[in-house]
Amino acid sequence: MSDQITFTIDGVEVKAKPGQTIMQAADEAGIYIPRLCYLPELTAHGSCRVCTVIVNGKPQTACTQPVAEGMIVENDTPELLEHRRNLVDMLFVEGNHLCMFCERSGNCELQAMAYRLGILAPKYPYFYPDKPLDSTHKDIFLELNRCILCGRCVNASADIDGKGVFGFVGRSIDKKIAVNSDKNLGDTNMAVTDKAASVCPVGSINKKGTAFKIPYGQRLYDQKPIGSDIENKK
Amino acid sequence: MSQTKRVVIEPVTRVEGHGKVSLLLDENNKVKQARFHVVEFRGFERFIQGRPYWEVPVLVQRLCGICPVSHHLAAAKAMDKIVGVDKLTPTAEKMRRLMHYGQMFQSHALHFFHLCSPDLLFGFDADPAIRNVIGVALKYPDLAVQGVMMRKYGQEIIRATAGKKIHGTGAIPGGINKNLSIAERDEFLKDIKQMYDWSKSALKIAKDYTVQNLEKLTPFASFDSSHLSLIREDGAMDLYHGNLRAIDSQGKKIFDQVDYSKYLDYIVEEVKPWSYMKFPFIKQVGPQDGWYRVGPLARLNTCDFIDTPLAEEARKEFMAVTNGKPNNITMAYHWARMIELLHSIEKINDLLNDKDLQGNDLVVKGQKRYEGVGLIEAPRGTLFHHYKIDENDQITMANLIVSTTNNNEAFNRSVQKVAADHIDGVAKITEGLLNHIEVAIRAYDPCLSCATHAMGKMPLKVTLYDYQGNEIDNKTKE
Repeated sequence: MSDQITFTIDGVEVKAKPGQTIMQAADEAGIYIPRLCYLPELTAHGSCRVCTVIVNGKPQTACTQPVAEGMIVENDTPELLEHRRNLVDMLFVEGNHLCMFCERSGNCELQAMAYRLGILAPKYPYFYPDKPLDSTHKDIFLELNRCILCGRCVNASADIDGKGVFGFVGRSIDKKIAVNSDKNLGDTNMAVTDKAASVCPVGSINKKGTAFKIPYGQRLYDQKPIGSDIENKK
Repeated sequence: MSQTKRVVIEPVTRVEGHGKVSLLLDENNKVKQARFHVVEFRGFERFIQGRPYWEVPVLVQRLCGICPVSHHLAAAKAMDKIVGVDKLTPTAEKMRRLMHYGQMFQSHALHFFHLCSPDLLFGFDADPAIRNVIGVALKYPDLAVQGVMMRKYGQEIIRATAGKKIHGTGAIPGGINKNLSIAERDEFLKDIKQMYDWSKSALKIAKDYTVQNLEKLTPFASFDSSHLSLIREDGAMDLYHGNLRAIDSQGKKIFDQVDYSKYLDYIVEEVKPWSYMKFPFIKQVGPQDGWYRVGPLARLNTCDFIDTPLAEEARKEFMAVTNGKPNNITMAYHWARMIELLHSIEKINDLLNDKDLQGNDLVVKGQKRYEGVGLIEAPRGTLFHHYKIDENDQITMANLIVSTTNNNEAFNRSVQKVAADHIDGVAKITEGLLNHIEVAIRAYDPCLSCATHAMGKMPLKVTLYDYQGNEIDNKTKE
């Protein structure tokens, strides 16, 4: 068996190792595939669907689909751009994302993705869900109004921290993140140094005492759009 | 599905841009009472409850797009107390001051050049079609350009200190999130002389206009009133920080050097059913006569001196008009505002030349407290922010007394005075009355005029009621 697989993304030839996902191979090749739930150090589970690409004519999530020899992948197409815009748009209206006073503004992957995809205002009507805010932990502030159910905190707490502080409860539109305590985050054994405290892509899990400390112009996505770090590898 | 009920608040009910005035007549058709209604309902004090305290300086500044810096800083000062900080580092304090003087400079310039100058340059009764900023730009192009450039200068200072020209994040509980780079400083120093010159000429226009028309302006919309502001410990004007001083119309101190965290012992807010705006009054004087004025006129009246040379010289000239007694001429607000404009640029110059602005010690930490009060002298007057939090850092109580609210009763008095001069036995609303009410209200630079007068039009509805409460006339000016 060859130790190298060759396939194409948008007509560009990409080399990959067997067992790699399309996302991993694309990242190494400096091709950015938009994503919100995927984080290299966590198990990929393809929940946000933003990384959906067309593989040999069929939609697949790039973060979970292994590469195969001769595979033809479409990523940067008008059709997929529209698809991703719709997904991100729905994430915005399903929560209460008030960027203007959110402490993650400028460092938020959802906001940065919206800018990258050219979304200036949602086209769908807002749901205005009634979501709780949990500030009971002395070092961490949990704001479920901004949660996009990416599952990063669930995986990080279970697989890396070995604590299982977070989990999903409910189904469909009522699905939400819950903590493994009858009460609140402050009653769990979560620590601010846990991996789960630093993987949230939005302003849902925040470390207290850090809000607004980075001035405008120096925030993660102030100067360059999300994905620039990957594209710079080219 | 979620059981949450969706309540839609239509923009038209949330922000009403019209000034609404009711005039109540007595049996002889003389004006008995004037009511300046504020029908906007904002609800900030309620809907920030439950939010974490560190969001508040960034959140509440959304109250306003004209002077958000004032709300940002007043809230940040309250949050300093919440995080147990009584003294900021020199860099943090001076960066905040620079932000504030930049705000004062741009706001005063905007009001003078673009909002009030049409009244002064063309006369109160000039055709509204020319009595607007476009009219000024056509007839006095230099003035219009100065207004734009001065506003830009102040806005750029805000951007350099708060991160954005509108709704920045610079002030954080216990300090600031950036210093001023040498490059930023030098950019501002390049234009400072021009700003001095234009400030001096704007002050001259306001002063000459007031002095030359003193006979006409002295009675116009004027009345004796108390005045309130923050004051520095040595009695100097201080727009960023100080203690509370209130004086009566003759200059006698009602209270002095009051620690503003104890404001509730001195100021009471009364609610009236016909306005969303509350009516604050000085407790020891009582609800009938305890109302007061705030803003540039009040600050000139309360302070013992101004600590910058050019503004101090101008203050002495200003006070000489009333022989050192408090000036109660409503239209003198404009002159006082321009003295503060000059003071602001002098302060900006001092700060830009202070090396502390390049310091790196930005934030102080302290022991958490559960209550914080922050006051500041906003362009329109004293601004109160008061918050309480719970053990989880969430806001449980917020009380804001904004500058325009402090001037609430003064609006009514000014409108009543103007109306009484126009309606004397004949129950009719004339064009002249509408124009004069507009000019009187604008002297205070309330947010309303800022929001709606930019094109020379302040939508205004005046309704006349007879002594039995029946509507007998109304006139709307779009």
